[in-house]
Amino acid sequence: MTTVDTVTGAAKTMVLNMGPQHPSTHGVLRILLELDGETVVRAVPDIGYLHTGIEKSCEDKTYSQAITLTDRIDYLNPLGNNLVYCMAVEKLLGLEVPKRAQYIRVMMVELQRISSHLVWLGTHAIDLGAMSVFLYCFREREEILNIFEMFAGQRMMTSYIRIGGVALDPPVGWRQAVQKFLNMMPSRVDEYETLLTQNPIWVGRTRDIGYISREDAIALSLTGPTLRAAGVAYDNRKVFPYSSYQEFDFAVPTRTESDCYARYLVRVAEMRESLKIVRQAMKKITDEGPIRAEAPGIIPPQREKMKTEMEALIYHFKIFTEGFSPPPGEAFVAVESPRGELGCFVASDGSPKPLRVHFRAPSFINLQALPKLSEGRLIADVVACIGTIDIVLGEVDR
Amino acid sequence: MAEVIEHRGDTAIVVPRNLLRTVAERCRMDSKLQFNLLTDATCLDRYPVEPRFELNYQLVSIPRSDRVRLLVKLSGQDPVVDSLVPVWPGANWLEREIFDLFGIRFDGHPDLRRILLPEDWEGYPLRRDFPVEGYRDVPSTGELFRKSTLS
Repeated sequence: MTTVDTVTGAAKTMVLNMGPQHPSTHGVLRILLELDGETVVRAVPDIGYLHTGIEKSCEDKTYSQAITLTDRIDYLNPLGNNLVYCMAVEKLLGLEVPKRAQYIRVMMVELQRISSHLVWLGTHAIDLGAMSVFLYCFREREEILNIFEMFAGQRMMTSYIRIGGVALDPPVGWRQAVQKFLNMMPSRVDEYETLLTQNPIWVGRTRDIGYISREDAIALSLTGPTLRAAGVAYDNRKVFPYSSYQEFDFAVPTRTESDCYARYLVRVAEMRESLKIVRQAMKKITDEGPIRAEAPGIIPPQREKMKTEMEALIYHFKIFTEGFSPPPGEAFVAVESPRGELGCFVASDGSPKPLRVHFRAPSFINLQALPKLSEGRLIADVVACIGTIDIVLGEVDR
Repeated sequence: MAEVIEHRGDTAIVVPRNLLRTVAERCRMDSKLQFNLLTDATCLDRYPVEPRFELNYQLVSIPRSDRVRLLVKLSGQDPVVDSLVPVWPGANWLEREIFDLFGIRFDGHPDLRRILLPEDWEGYPLRRDFPVEGYRDVPSTGELFRKSTLS
């Protein structure tokens, strides 16, 4: 049990246990709050309630099997987790992914970013008392999940991105479905903004709350919208482009106020930028072309080839029974998840199972800043501070 | 002074254990380096090879748009290393996680406690000699034993 030492000899402060079962902690987060009246003197987060040992389990799976585990780390961003893990393994293998597959990946992770921000906006608003925003956000998120279901047969745990490419060719009618969403979404984002941006209650609950200076944000390793709202334009898609992001035209929204309101504005602006990227990706995805790299013995062969070529059948059998063995070495890859820099470190010892799989979980590291954001503020502001750093407890605890 | 490894376009610098703090401070403060963001720290267990532990620190320089990896090798007998919390405060939870899951101690860490596992947990689960399914109970005695004692 984590305990807090109260100020010696003083009966002024009391310790309040917030969570782990608390509706505004977005999962099972426990925070020990030392209070002076209603003011937070100290906040000590206590995590680990959702620890399931995903990194250890990955060591006991083949490289391809571990993809399904990555879905479950950040359950609002499964495609992003697939992407970073597959890119790390591809780096170990020295594998080049076909352009068409790269564009499909970009389109999918950007749709995922919008859906993740929608969940964030809805839950953050409901925490602060704006019930209706939640209902609107989940209405649009449903449309995105329908698109995922169309592509992968699954709404959330898609495992759609695979080593060397993606699992399936885009389905018949995908362009119409994505286009329909793109036509609808900009006005819907405007709708959220009319509900919140000028709303005096929303502004009162978020402006000047949860301030962190630019220097502290970098020192505490913050990334993602939380860092960008502090005036640092650090976005992996721009700074270290991957998966052909350098070919896309989009802006990195930043603010300098570094409070909850600024982070809200940054995320809303990011939704609009993601829509721009999806629109461009749709144009770049051709109707015909490879969706996986050609690498016999590593990438499963096409169904048709297995029926006509003996080698293809043998490779198929070997890949799904013993897997493949990348050369010994280590690879670290970082992508921009909706929450910040999502990194994956994979080490191989030349066997079919990874020696080590580690995820640099942005929620975990961003949560470190919670005491800094909330100390000296009221209890009600703690709820705003938890919401504003956008944590997913599945990713914090892994 | 140190060995540099280039692999698949990434640069890793192998730092001797006693120089880690000095090298880290240099990486952060030197005007030609400016690695101001510590994005990740993790450990790799090469059991039964000695030195078995490899600590990996991923650094980013936001002003220069550059990345580098610092690598420190530690033996299994004495897994202690200087904490980097005085250099990058963000190392706090990352080091606690490594301590929790690998049992590596960090000298000068302000708050070295388990972070993900309960405080009374036995062993360090991400070590390679820790069984994937964990320790099993002996129903008759309530004791814990390793999988290897079964076979």
